Amino acid sequence: MANTEQSVHRKRRIVNSLMTILTAACAVFATSILLFIISYIAIQGFSSLSFQFLTDTPKPVGEGGGIGNAIVGSAMMTALAVVLGLPVGIAAGVYLAEYGKNWFGNIVRFVADTLIGIPSIIIGIFIYTLVVMPMGRQSGLAGGLALAIIMLPIVARTTEEMIRLVPNSMREGALALGAPQWRVSWNIVLPAAASGIATGAMLAIARITGETAPLLFTALNSRFYNFFYDQPMSSLTVQIYNYATGPFEVEHAMAWAATLILVGLILVINIFVRFLTRKKF
Amino acid sequence: MAQTGAIGDKIFRTILLLAAASILLIVVAIFYMMVQNSLPTLERFGIGFLTGSEWRPAQEEFGALPFIYGTLVSSLIALVLAVPISLGIAIFLVEQAPIKIARPIAFMVELLAAIPSVVYGLWGIFVLAPFIRNHLGVFLQDYLGWLPFFQGRLTGIGMLTAGIILALMITPIITAVVRDVLEAVPTTQREAALALGATKWETTTIVLGNAASGIAGAVVLGLGRAIGETMAVTMVIGNSPQISASLFEPANTIASLLAANFAEATDRIYLSALIEIGLVLFLVTFVVNALAKLLIMSVGGNSSSSKHV
Amino acid sequence: MLQKTIYRKFASVGLIVLFALGVGCSGQKIGQSSGTSSPGGAVRLQGSGASFPKPIYEKWVNEFGKINPGISIDYQATGSGAGQKALLAKTADFGASDDPMSDSDIKSAGSEILHIPTVLGAVVLTYNLEGVKEPLKLSSQTISDIYLGNIKKWNDAKLKADNPTLNLPDTDILPVYRADSSGTSAVFTDFLTKTVPEWKEKVGMNKQPSWITGVGVGAKGNDGVMGQVKQSPNSIGYVELTFAKANKLPSALVKNKAGDFVEASLESVSAAAAASVAAMPDDLRVQITDAEGAGVYPIASYTYILAYKDQPDANKGKAITDFLWWAIHDGEKFVKDLHYSPLPAEVVKRVEVKINSMTNNGTPLRQQ
Repeated sequence: MANTEQSVHRKRRIVNSLMTILTAACAVFATSILLFIISYIAIQGFSSLSFQFLTDTPKPVGEGGGIGNAIVGSAMMTALAVVLGLPVGIAAGVYLAEYGKNWFGNIVRFVADTLIGIPSIIIGIFIYTLVVMPMGRQSGLAGGLALAIIMLPIVARTTEEMIRLVPNSMREGALALGAPQWRVSWNIVLPAAASGIATGAMLAIARITGETAPLLFTALNSRFYNFFYDQPMSSLTVQIYNYATGPFEVEHAMAWAATLILVGLILVINIFVRFLTRKKF
Repeated sequence: MAQTGAIGDKIFRTILLLAAASILLIVVAIFYMMVQNSLPTLERFGIGFLTGSEWRPAQEEFGALPFIYGTLVSSLIALVLAVPISLGIAIFLVEQAPIKIARPIAFMVELLAAIPSVVYGLWGIFVLAPFIRNHLGVFLQDYLGWLPFFQGRLTGIGMLTAGIILALMITPIITAVVRDVLEAVPTTQREAALALGATKWETTTIVLGNAASGIAGAVVLGLGRAIGETMAVTMVIGNSPQISASLFEPANTIASLLAANFAEATDRIYLSALIEIGLVLFLVTFVVNALAKLLIMSVGGNSSSSKHV
Repeated sequence: MLQKTIYRKFASVGLIVLFALGVGCSGQKIGQSSGTSSPGGAVRLQGSGASFPKPIYEKWVNEFGKINPGISIDYQATGSGAGQKALLAKTADFGASDDPMSDSDIKSAGSEILHIPTVLGAVVLTYNLEGVKEPLKLSSQTISDIYLGNIKKWNDAKLKADNPTLNLPDTDILPVYRADSSGTSAVFTDFLTKTVPEWKEKVGMNKQPSWITGVGVGAKGNDGVMGQVKQSPNSIGYVELTFAKANKLPSALVKNKAGDFVEASLESVSAAAAASVAAMPDDLRVQITDAEGAGVYPIASYTYILAYKDQPDANKGKAITDFLWWAIHDGEKFVKDLHYSPLPAEVVKRVEVKINSMTNNGTPLRQQ
């Protein structure tokens, strides 16, 4: 009797330790994959990184060339997306947090969450029919618009969450002093949530900088530096795609180097945000 | 003073309302555009579009089944691989690891989601595909070769490679949501179980049971992401619309078809077919995401998927 | 104190927005359409299409840009199908395709489209077979069998019969084909359709043929097919000769109409073109696969730049005609190094006439 009890007990203990090891193994596995991918990118990328590579434009195979115009293109389209998507997203987020406790707010919230999950290639098709066809050409404008649509719901939902974290006492205090609601939102609530919104926005920027699919038929690609939004525009991601799927080793090397730049940037943003929010979460 | 405040309030509120409404407007516009542009094939093929297995643009024959099959199977492979690992990570982070270890690990798992799709594709072509061709695939054929899934030509690109890449991409998403869901389970439940003499693992199983629908929501959310993933898949799946039992064989997905062929559809009916298959993708992801949201909300987890982008 | 931190936080958001606005506006000039370029100023041309001539076109636009700094030509190798679409949808200033446009597509344009041949090239069967040193010999029948799935292994009896001296391995063949709409596919399937009845019946000639399910893998562009072949042992794919050469992978000898196995080369492709020069129609649209004659490589093709005869913009039109003129004359010196073949002299004459016929609102673009 006591014996079986003991063996049951031991069995339970063994299962317990086994599961602890297993779950820890899962965590170790995922983190090692991350470290493996990142170090692989670093090793492959560093060897073909040079100042010329970072400033040059694509050249015929075998004549060198670089990703200068792709960096500028990615930056310009991301900037356009930020200019369009960030204010609207923040405004929508403020609406959801401050006025959105009704059926309309619920619908917007629901639709925003589903929009986040809609494949980005669909947004590319949407912008193709909406902007590229009427304009008669692929353009940085179309690419930036597609990225703005991807960014909008993300910013809206993070803004809403951040504003909800602002204590009600701050609002009430200001309202009690006779300030109109919009003043309270603009001068008290938004500033209080500002750093949270900013970090959310930075994560959204990191996300759209890595997007490829919505740019394929909207921004297309370009061999040149291009500072005008009405022309096709190169981007790091589309350039990586083209180089990676081609046969040329020199282009593969350039794909890895461009990836190092792209992933490096995205990781820096993520780590920076993590550093900023370390104390809060 | 009060007057200007009231007017200010009205203007402010209207601006905010317009911004919020723009989100609705965009989704409605996408839906309208897709329906409008897919009318030619909707009218001509009806439901046969979804069940036909031949995709021959030149003959104006459009059957979407191989793409639907490829999308579902690659996503299912991803789930089969990602769900146990994600659950393991989330349990480890919430239930077992001390916070000093849990924090950096949680952050690193989140970083997996920050790596762009095209980078996974690049890595898939040059690292994962050769690994599957030379090692993993050979191993599977040696030991599980009697299963129809692991028979036939082993090329390194195809359904399995796409599924594994997708698994890596959705693991951080599922992990993050499961973490939220587990954290939402009251500590008192754990304390009660522990007080009754349950081991830590037994306590965890109780917690898991109570969080079941939220976990289901996390899985469905991961499914939604896998279904819509484009670049990484198109780079490793082999772009061949076929329905084959072998996971080593190439296949194709809806998103990958659109990436490869949307730019070249000249005639109206071909363009319509591509947009209609895009509409299918749109509707499926919409429904899947909505379902995920409902499931996650039902356990009071953080329903916002914005945190898990 | 509290207020101070609040404003600091607010300022940080403001800075981010301002920065973004600054970056955004500095390059922003929406609405200034380049549809009408300013006279004398820089002209930018957008070209899109075939990947078959991508290496030579990239070389050309690069060299042409050096001597004409005012003209920048952006060529994107999106595939022949996409090139034809871009021309019809007017999202590009010129298109490019190896496969001449269909009558119905030309008619749908509403304005006359010119086919300007630029160079000749060969579609070669390139393969990734370790240990096979001598070039493989293929006939239209064995090529067709490989892509129909009738031949599954490299050591198939039919392949061995044509290659008795080769040590072909007992491995599965992985055929690689084009997943996008492609002029290279059109040339390849045109050859098989002309020579193999079973192919004609099951697949036929098309830019986007209906591949037999389960036979191979698809890839995008000549680049994509070549990349796939290079990455996959025991694979075979069809690409323009220059891609195989640049990647140091072999190309098979293909049996021609005269019954000889011929290597793709400048001479064998030129020989294929020579046979049909006299019979070239007025609009220059022609297929030269399976040509008659000795030493002919049978899967050869012209590749075309497609442009509207009447150009909507004078400066762009002038730039296009200048570029085309330069390409078929001065540009020819770059052709051989990239393993393409120059146009026959008679064809150059006819192309000159075509280029000179291009107008802007009825006014000729070139002083003759």
